[in-house]
Amino acid sequence: MSVEVTPVVETVDLKKYYKTKKGDLHAVDGINLKIYRGQTLGVVGESGCGKSTLGRTIIGLHKPTAGQILFQGRDISRMKRKKDGLCTKMSMIFQDPYASLNPRMCVADLIADPMRINHLYGSRQEQYQRVEELMDIVGLARRVAGAYPHELDGGRRQRIGIARALAVDPEFIVCDEPVSALDVSIQAQILNLLMDLQDELGLTYLFVTHNLSVVKHISDQIMVTYLGRCVEMGSSDQIFENPCHPYTKALLSALPEVSLEARNKKVELLKGEIGNPINPKPGCRFASRCPHCTEACLAGDLDPREVEPGHQVSCLLYE
Amino acid sequence: MKTKGQEKQSIKRGRGYEIWGLFKRNKPAMVGLALLAFIALVAIFADVIVPEELCYTFSGAPLETPSIEHPFGTDNLGRDLFARVVHGSRVSLLIGFGATILSLAVGAFIGAACGYFGGVLDNVVMRIFDVIACIPGMLLILVLVMALGRGTENLLYALMISGVPGYARFVRATVINLTDMEYVQCAKSYGTSNFTIILRHVLPNALGPIIIMLAGSVSGTILAAASYSFMGFGVQQPAPEWGAIIAASRQFMRLAPHFAVLPGMAIVITAMSINLMGDGLRDALDPRLKD
Amino acid sequence: MSEQNNKKNAVEVENLYVEYHSGGQVVKAVNGISFTLEKGHTLGLVGETGAGKTSTALALMRLLPDRVSHMRCGVIRLKGDNIMELPESHMNLMRGSIISMIFQDPMTALNPIMTVGDQILEALKIHNAEGLSKEQLNRKVDEALELVGIPASRKNDYPLQFSGGMKQRVVIAIALACSPDILIADEPTTALDVTIQAQVLALIDVLKQRLGMSMIMISHDLGVVVKTCDDVGIMYAGELVEYGSVEQIYGDGPHHPYTQGLFGAIPNIRSKSRRLTSIEGLMPDPTDLPKGCKFSPRCAKCMEICRVTAPGEWEQDGHRIKCHLYGGYTE
Repeated sequence: MSVEVTPVVETVDLKKYYKTKKGDLHAVDGINLKIYRGQTLGVVGESGCGKSTLGRTIIGLHKPTAGQILFQGRDISRMKRKKDGLCTKMSMIFQDPYASLNPRMCVADLIADPMRINHLYGSRQEQYQRVEELMDIVGLARRVAGAYPHELDGGRRQRIGIARALAVDPEFIVCDEPVSALDVSIQAQILNLLMDLQDELGLTYLFVTHNLSVVKHISDQIMVTYLGRCVEMGSSDQIFENPCHPYTKALLSALPEVSLEARNKKVELLKGEIGNPINPKPGCRFASRCPHCTEACLAGDLDPREVEPGHQVSCLLYE
Repeated sequence: MKTKGQEKQSIKRGRGYEIWGLFKRNKPAMVGLALLAFIALVAIFADVIVPEELCYTFSGAPLETPSIEHPFGTDNLGRDLFARVVHGSRVSLLIGFGATILSLAVGAFIGAACGYFGGVLDNVVMRIFDVIACIPGMLLILVLVMALGRGTENLLYALMISGVPGYARFVRATVINLTDMEYVQCAKSYGTSNFTIILRHVLPNALGPIIIMLAGSVSGTILAAASYSFMGFGVQQPAPEWGAIIAASRQFMRLAPHFAVLPGMAIVITAMSINLMGDGLRDALDPRLKD
Repeated sequence: MSEQNNKKNAVEVENLYVEYHSGGQVVKAVNGISFTLEKGHTLGLVGETGAGKTSTALALMRLLPDRVSHMRCGVIRLKGDNIMELPESHMNLMRGSIISMIFQDPMTALNPIMTVGDQILEALKIHNAEGLSKEQLNRKVDEALELVGIPASRKNDYPLQFSGGMKQRVVIAIALACSPDILIADEPTTALDVTIQAQVLALIDVLKQRLGMSMIMISHDLGVVVKTCDDVGIMYAGELVEYGSVEQIYGDGPHHPYTQGLFGAIPNIRSKSRRLTSIEGLMPDPTDLPKGCKFSPRCAKCMEICRVTAPGEWEQDGHRIKCHLYGGYTE
């Protein structure tokens, strides 16, 4: 990849803390990422690792506590989203196809809403034409245009969510666990659709999920997060062929594989559960569960180090 | 061949038809609607049905029982009770609907703002409402009426003001629940303004419970207006109002039961028809309650 | 003959039907499934939402809501007793001591205003046939918690003081408190993170060995099933479309087209291709199931006969497939 190309989205030391009664909750704590045009960055982690907050902060639903979000080279972290026309450049697909659709709006209205809000089309005809186009693109039959979300199944609802995200003709889409609420056979349909759309429209995705096998399929780059920090980042192959961080290794080992060989494979069990994100101690966040933890791990924050070109790990094992 | 625009239009109109279709299937609601329509027509065409002077002229002997000349009989002063009940419907419906809708509008706005934005605004407004809630409802209305002066209009304002905290609280709670929904987050993500979010995404989903509450309180307010008039704080004699008529009848209950019963029936039927209709409307409006 | 079967089989189900009636509509949730579970074995029931997995489990517990559901069934035998004929009072005693269930969502399966110790104690008290004293019961509560790896000192904590994985351990402790012979686990790890899922699965495995339980594992995750189960049943629209040992189901032999589709649709970290093979279409409406084979509208290998007659069962060494491709109906 040539260095001159500006990434579509870049974050520099992005932080998002929430104030709670017990102290600051470090949901996102110094994330640096770059996503190039037409590529997908998969963000993997367990619940409570701040991956959803990261997506929502980039899209502008939360104000970052510190750090920068660059969109095509411009710092947008302090901008007014709508006034600066950002709402038509980026959009989001939500996790729950049941909760993310207003139950009182019909399919056509749901898809048209972003266009209406951003005044994209002059006449209702043009707008409706675009809605029909979008329904074709995501594979929704035109006859459901007047239906309400509760009349449709999860897979079709998620297609509405995707059509709505495409309504503003965005360049960048944050996908927040778009398939985790769906059955496997429907999940495959939606994943294929997302990949096709990316190829056809040149979309750039930030794909947030807890499912490692899903992320492997859709991502070019993968970031593994733990308690608001990035523990390992690299290309999809690098992460899956050569996982370096003990946490990544544990995740891959715990992943139930669908094959007879996996039946007798020994799983490396991690002790304990994910730690507390409120006022975390300095040092490696994973230290309390890490089988290789030493005193040096608790001494101070570590910088990511490169184990191979483009493959970064935040672990003292790789000096 | 339909053009795209027409198709879209048919979807829009289809929704209205659909609601009506669902409402039509609900028998009790239709009965309520018919009764309420009848009462509304009576109120509107009161002058055609029976001239207003008849309310005030002593056209018969006191406490006559119903007859062809006086279908509802006469009151203690010999005025035609039918004319008084018919013309009384105007005042009752006006106060009932007027006070409720006004206080709902004010209350919903305050409640939605408090629930959506939270923070200091929410805290201050809710504490003020807490203080108001400490005053017994009846006392509050009596104080307001005394301060504003007795009379129909002032009773309406007093009833309206006393209703606001209840609506505000209710709408606030509903809005807080709805604001957490993902579709609100989603609307924010494509740049919808707060005002539009409240209007398009939050309030429509709060509509069901609001309509039920509205139906309950329209009838409640009609009853309340009647009670305050009964006590002499609302509509003043000789103006006809259902509560005031019953108030006048209280010494003659045994002697002439029709004097109290007939206006009483008017109140009960109105309240019931509104409740039935409210239930039906809520069911029809919520697309999830279909089938 | 049945005498022998009783010894060997923990669960026998023959021709189970479950229907839900509501508002004049009949939802056919389970349509004639039969299986046996050998003592000490684990059976995995795999399927998507609406396949009838949970209804089957609830039928085994006889916990289906009476008001709306109907069970038509040949036999359900738990350790040889036909529970279809047992009075409710007897069945109540069997629940917990003979058969027990772990529910999917540990957040809602626990009573938030009772300490976890009390919740386990309650389960024990119901089955306190030996008349144990309070102290003995309390000791049993401690044992149950230690068994699932929670220090007994935490028994006075409330569910909200536990994390998700720990809550699921508590749920398991309650289910196992009366040492049942048969355990039904309904998606026990779906609500949990992968690393926690691995811990819980390992725990269930250890406990199964130690207590000699037979288990039915309900899951939509083929990866979880291959790790934990001996036999696997693939369910679709209330039918067991394929049934066999893990080797038969996950091996290369003949398969039901739905099973093939299911395996193809799962994102696999070993696969090189980017696109997934998806099963087109949707689950059929359970109030209006298709005639003939229920999978026929979505099946890539659908033949004319599939739309007309329901397929018979093909069987080889205990491997059963309900499909016309193997049923001998083809010309």
